[in-house]
Amino acid sequence: MKITLICSICALLMILIVSCESNDALEFDRYYAEGNVIYQSHCQNCHGAHGEGLNGLIPPLTDSVFLKNNRDQLACLVHNGLHGKITVTKKDFTEKMPAAADLANIEIAQALTYVTNSFGNKMGIVNVEEVNGDLVKCL
Amino acid sequence: MNRIVYVFLGATCLCACKFNGSNKTLPIYGNREPVTKTVNGQTLTDTIYATIPAFKFVNQYGDSTGSQNLAGKIYVADFFFTSCPSICPIMQRNMLAVYNAFKDTADVKIVSFTIDPKYDTPPVLKNYAEKLGVTGNSWWFLQGNRDTVYRIAEKNYLVAVSKDSSAAGGYVHQGYFVLVDKQKRVRGSYDGTDPKQVAQLIDDIKTLKAEPAMAK
Repeated sequence: MKITLICSICALLMILIVSCESNDALEFDRYYAEGNVIYQSHCQNCHGAHGEGLNGLIPPLTDSVFLKNNRDQLACLVHNGLHGKITVTKKDFTEKMPAAADLANIEIAQALTYVTNSFGNKMGIVNVEEVNGDLVKCL
Repeated sequence: MNRIVYVFLGATCLCACKFNGSNKTLPIYGNREPVTKTVNGQTLTDTIYATIPAFKFVNQYGDSTGSQNLAGKIYVADFFFTSCPSICPIMQRNMLAVYNAFKDTADVKIVSFTIDPKYDTPPVLKNYAEKLGVTGNSWWFLQGNRDTVYRIAEKNYLVAVSKDSSAAGGYVHQGYFVLVDKQKRVRGSYDGTDPKQVAQLIDDIKTLKAEPAMAK
């Protein structure tokens, strides 16, 4: 009886420790999974299931350097759309990107977490606080 | 017992061959009417199938292009517009697979009709084609009179299109790829947003190419 009790307490402690350690990882997983769904419904038609883009019309999402250098602009790009020229993977793109005005800030954060950690990118979580801050500074 | 199993297996193989083999024919879509005529005192009944009527539009190079240039050719038609934010990119991504499969085949063409002819002028269409990676004359992007394009889309290609300011990009349209045979008859309709159906389309074009020319 005593042994069972001790075992149970130990097990409970273990679970607590493990869950505390991976809280960040859990948060990331949640953002990433939600982001995957948003990507499929809002981004994939144009940017492709593998972020490959569409030749000279739609830029790929595989340019890690572009995403890294423009991290603080990404939320604005999604929220307001894009007009004018951008250079991705050394190619110029001039088509318009429609604004995803129907996405809430948390959804933008989730979609960005998915994109910036897929297709060869590994930028870590883009959380809603970061998106809130970036959106205030949109040009 | 063994014998029964062998017979069953054999029959299964035969059936499989029959359904996958070259005997497959594609259905003919649209209205048809029987025509009765009297030849040498005998009454014969013939079937007249619906065909795509003559049209003449302008392609991405600014050349007049229409049904005359498609006479005796198999072609795939779709309806799109270059500034389309919804299903067009995925349609044209899938159409690229058709293009790559048949770009060196003289009797197979692709025709994309713009449903936004006001904005999609030949230079805009040419720019779009180039960026998509399309060159040469196996895939034409056609600008025509809006009402004419809408009419043939719905009446002849059986694809619904309409202007709707509440839809993304301002138009609603169905993403079908329509397969037309050398006799201008519609032989298939495929969801252009579904890669599996587009693979079926590529197979069906091969079937159609192998179809013997019908007596007139």
